[in-house]
Amino acid sequence: MTYSAEVTLATPTITFPGARRPDRSSTVDSSGVAIRAYEWGDADAPLLFLVHGGFDFAGTFDLFAPLLADAGWRVVSWDQRGHGGSAHAALYSWDADVRDAIAVVDSVTADPVPMIGHSKGGGILLQLAEVAPWRMTRMVNLDGLPSGRTAPDVADHERTRMLRDELASWLDHHRRTHELQRKPGTLDDLAARRGTMNPRLSPEWLLYLASIGAQESEEGWRWTIDPALRFGGFGPFRPEWSLDRLPGLGIPMLGVLSTIEEPMGWGTSLVDVQPYLPDTAQVVEMADTGHFLHIERPREVADVVLEFLR
Amino acid sequence: MSAVTLTHNKISLALYPLREDTPGRVLLLLHGLGESSPTEVPARVADWPGPVWALDFTGHGDSTVPDGGGYTAESMMGDADIALAHLLGLGRGPVTLYGRGLGAYVALMLAGARPTDVCGAILDDGPGLAGGGPSPSTPVLARIDPAAPRPPDPFALVELSADVRPPDYATTFVRQAVHYSGLDRCIAVVGRVRPPWLDAVADEYGVVSEGIAQALARFATAEPAPADS
Repeated sequence: MTYSAEVTLATPTITFPGARRPDRSSTVDSSGVAIRAYEWGDADAPLLFLVHGGFDFAGTFDLFAPLLADAGWRVVSWDQRGHGGSAHAALYSWDADVRDAIAVVDSVTADPVPMIGHSKGGGILLQLAEVAPWRMTRMVNLDGLPSGRTAPDVADHERTRMLRDELASWLDHHRRTHELQRKPGTLDDLAARRGTMNPRLSPEWLLYLASIGAQESEEGWRWTIDPALRFGGFGPFRPEWSLDRLPGLGIPMLGVLSTIEEPMGWGTSLVDVQPYLPDTAQVVEMADTGHFLHIERPREVADVVLEFLR
Repeated sequence: MSAVTLTHNKISLALYPLREDTPGRVLLLLHGLGESSPTEVPARVADWPGPVWALDFTGHGDSTVPDGGGYTAESMMGDADIALAHLLGLGRGPVTLYGRGLGAYVALMLAGARPTDVCGAILDDGPGLAGGGPSPSTPVLARIDPAAPRPPDPFALVELSADVRPPDYATTFVRQAVHYSGLDRCIAVVGRVRPPWLDAVADEYGVVSEGIAQALARFATAEPAPADS
């Protein structure tokens, strides 16, 4: 793994109160996939890693990361493969995401470090803690704990029809991936589209996100995320496989759960995960807060996290 | 024998016509983990009366070996589906699938996912048949030697041999195929080895354990009924 020469970040044309772009950016080679990494804070400060969720990118930490950096941490994050400024890969899987995570951490330090993951990023860290426990000292999981809830009951024939449509849709998408592009538009268009999946986040924040997460072309602005990626999909994954990782955690873990369900949330409550928690874990629910709790309440979440990391 | 090159995302897939100059239904061969397409029609399926084609999965044979891995059996099904779309374009109707090992698992999934485009899936022994078993085992952090020879892609070998294959997930595809294919007996198990997923599949309605000759003869002449909506 190599940590390349620094990449210069453009100054955002749109600002948001409290948001701050990273102080440094570089590219990490993860077995040939170029992963963009970012840092906030003093380069000599103790390390703290942040992992973003699915369909997000490291810039979604522009509110949260500076609060941690200003409290004395060197905060490192990265765009997962296919997201933000990282390469669009030929293949995607959670195992690959875990390997990319290790590549980024290896590129910065050989020592075990504390890590924070939001949503899918939290799931990646649960897997990383099992596959490479020597790499982590503490874990913070921001609304990325699995739920063992089952899907609502539907009649067998209806489930069969739904699955047929889902499978055909997934395969149809894959037949077209080589020619797909993200839909172009103005920054306002992109912000509005993202608002349908992030209904609790302000239009001003979404516009800021679009300004740092999209690229301009002749047709307009496009989110940089790989058009081959899509919501949904299918596979053999069972939430209990992830839940089963919790009791064996050998490091202190803080979980922070949202309490308001929204499209990209996992709907996990404390009751769901309580039976799986080891003695070293604590989980708190944040009242009146949606899935993007570190964006809705950056100061409160940072305070809880900083107290845990002390 | 020159390959047809197809595109799946950033991958160039090699699809080989092993036998073209015969009438009848097309048989698509899906190889096992770490294998590649044969250069001629294998003796085991030589009795197939129609055209025979063979696909190199991503990271295998003459298909692209991508950087950084990320293999899943589902993405291999995406490869096979792109080959299926090409073969449907030949105008020979639904295609019969023959899979070895990993290819058998992919054939089963594709038969369930494209039930009206597939006329039977024949599941045979071969490398990668068991995958990673019915539930996750102790995970391993794979550190692949960048200088290791390719193909096959070492990432494919590691990831697809750890790919979890729950029996009830596999049987879901059988039921999709039974429900929508228009064939009462749409899956044939011709191999001897029965990892848990295949053991469960073999017990499902619509699945026949039989010899390769019977399976080939049955699917070569099968006439699927109009599909359920």
